[in-house]
Amino acid sequence: MSDREAVLAAVRAALGAAPAPSPAQSAYRRKGEMDAAAAQARFLERLADYDVHVEVLDDVQAIAPTVARRMAERETVTLAIPADLPRAWIPENARVLADDALPYPALDTRPSVLTGCALAIAETGTVVLDAGAAQGRRALTLLPDHHLCVVFARQVVETVPEALQNLKAAVDAGRPLTFFSGPSATADIEFDRVVGVHGPRALDILLVRD
Amino acid sequence: MTAETFPQRAHRSLRDSQLRRNLAKATSTIRTKTAKVSAELPDWEALRDAGQAIKRETLAELDRHLVALEESVTRAGGVVHWAADAAEARRIIVGLAKAHGAEQVIKIKSMTTDEVELNPALEAAGIRPFETDLADMIVQMAHEKPSHLLVPAIHKNRSEIGALFRDQMDRPDLSDQPGDLTRAARAYLRDKFIETPVAISGANFAVAETGSVVVVESEGNGRMCLTLPKVLISIMGIEKVLPEWEHLEVFLQLLPRASTGERMNPYTSIWTGTQAGERRAGDGPGEFHLVLLDNGRSKILADEAARATLHCIRCSRCLNVCPVYQRAGGHAYDSMYQGPIGAILTPQLKGLDAAGSLPFASSLCGACQEVCPVRIPIPDILVHLRGRVVREGHAGLGEGLAMKAAGTLFDHPALMALALSMGRAAQAPLARDGRIERLPPPLDGWSLGRDFPALPKESFRAWWKRRKASR
Repeated sequence: MSDREAVLAAVRAALGAAPAPSPAQSAYRRKGEMDAAAAQARFLERLADYDVHVEVLDDVQAIAPTVARRMAERETVTLAIPADLPRAWIPENARVLADDALPYPALDTRPSVLTGCALAIAETGTVVLDAGAAQGRRALTLLPDHHLCVVFARQVVETVPEALQNLKAAVDAGRPLTFFSGPSATADIEFDRVVGVHGPRALDILLVRD
Repeated sequence: MTAETFPQRAHRSLRDSQLRRNLAKATSTIRTKTAKVSAELPDWEALRDAGQAIKRETLAELDRHLVALEESVTRAGGVVHWAADAAEARRIIVGLAKAHGAEQVIKIKSMTTDEVELNPALEAAGIRPFETDLADMIVQMAHEKPSHLLVPAIHKNRSEIGALFRDQMDRPDLSDQPGDLTRAARAYLRDKFIETPVAISGANFAVAETGSVVVVESEGNGRMCLTLPKVLISIMGIEKVLPEWEHLEVFLQLLPRASTGERMNPYTSIWTGTQAGERRAGDGPGEFHLVLLDNGRSKILADEAARATLHCIRCSRCLNVCPVYQRAGGHAYDSMYQGPIGAILTPQLKGLDAAGSLPFASSLCGACQEVCPVRIPIPDILVHLRGRVVREGHAGLGEGLAMKAAGTLFDHPALMALALSMGRAAQAPLARDGRIERLPPPLDGWSLGRDFPALPKESFRAWWKRRKASR
């Protein structure tokens, strides 16, 4: 008997002939109750609890100059981008590194990286990438040390269930998801929190009220 | 029983003041945070109900959901392997690593790989496993065992870790500051992430409907291992399957809030099969293997009184509220699963002969059940397992004999009075500070896990009689 048959036989023997319990009614919230403005405010409030640099912008035109300023502040000169990033987001004088299957060492540590996102979750201060437009491949937002992520106000949902419902189509298409809530962190040494371990050590959220 | 029992190991750790300080700090900090962020959700109790119900329903038809998961992972380009026991899991994973000519592999924190003792098997095959979670790396470098589900190196202080890193990373310049040590780990692992072609991970959840696998983490080492290497091998216990995508919305709320006390853990990765073909490398593995492990889980499933043990999502919240864990520490449990959940899970996985002292490592105070995000009735299962230990003869005769003797005495008041007066006379050499730590054989089995209050000079019954008489 193969291990597959052995495991399934053991499970079936363990369960016997007892009927499956009828599904319980779920009483938790599957939808938020906030309006868009309240959800955005909650998102910003949650981000304040993480070690995230937040910029609130009034329109798309403000993205490029903000990126330029943040790069100057972080002292980075190269800006890595996914190949399909909107041109208007890119600062005029930036040295651009468009990711076309670049070898990993080219992305490693030095550049800043600028992307969009799939959506954001107000209740948890989370941003989600789903390999969709303006997000690039997963390595692009992982290896550089500074991630600038553009979130449009209309992309903010209130609750985790709403986010997962919206992400189902990407998953059905086989696309990978990455959730991030602040930069990487550890408390493994004497339970002292240290921010910035293996992922980008600096995370900027550019929330565009458009 | 093994040569060493829980009380013997606990006696050793109770003398370690550094350990007790670290544990007190970690557990009290996490307790405060988990309490705050779970109370913050208006529907926290409803989420717990849903988590419990989903786990119960899933286990009731586990065979069907496993077959569905196999189909969906295969459809998405992955390969599913089944392992009835630890030996088979080791054979599969070592075989895959060898087939790819790997001289080293990178690993993400996975208690399941500890459970099947994968690292020694890899080393025996000439493959060096690198743990990439900071705490696991510390434990691995020190050749020790994890002492907490969530913060496995909580028993070590910064100067011990500093000395370890200076030596093993050849970095004599390093200070003992956690920030410096963390940066050193980042630099040490960076090239390994980029160059190592095979990664091994556990899994927090796997969704049968879509074939998606989920890993939650904090440091980003998980993202590295799940994104960059060409080959990814993930191992999961069969109880980790979730039937539907929709179920994740419950557990991605319960787990971080119950575990680290965060509203959401810093990073969550969800991938579905491979990213091969026309898709770019750097978006996930080109080859993905999922190993489904039984290793005793189907036996737990068969014991209905203990089945809820398999609800566990490894959040470690029960450790942080447990008065026994906080004092005895993780090593006293001699397992990768410690604390209250370890006290029920380990003996069921390893067998009551090997770990029969663990169900007694509890005062049955119930704090664990009170906070468990999926409402596992840990005290009930502890009592059930104690019963099995005694009935099935794993514990020596002490407990059974003591209970039988007590039953006879409680049924016969005259005998009881006689026994008490004899006890008062006989206890002098045993009692210290009003307590008896060890009863004489054959009753010592009962006193193994608990102190016995010394009998007072006068019994209540004698006092009651005297009081009436003097009125």
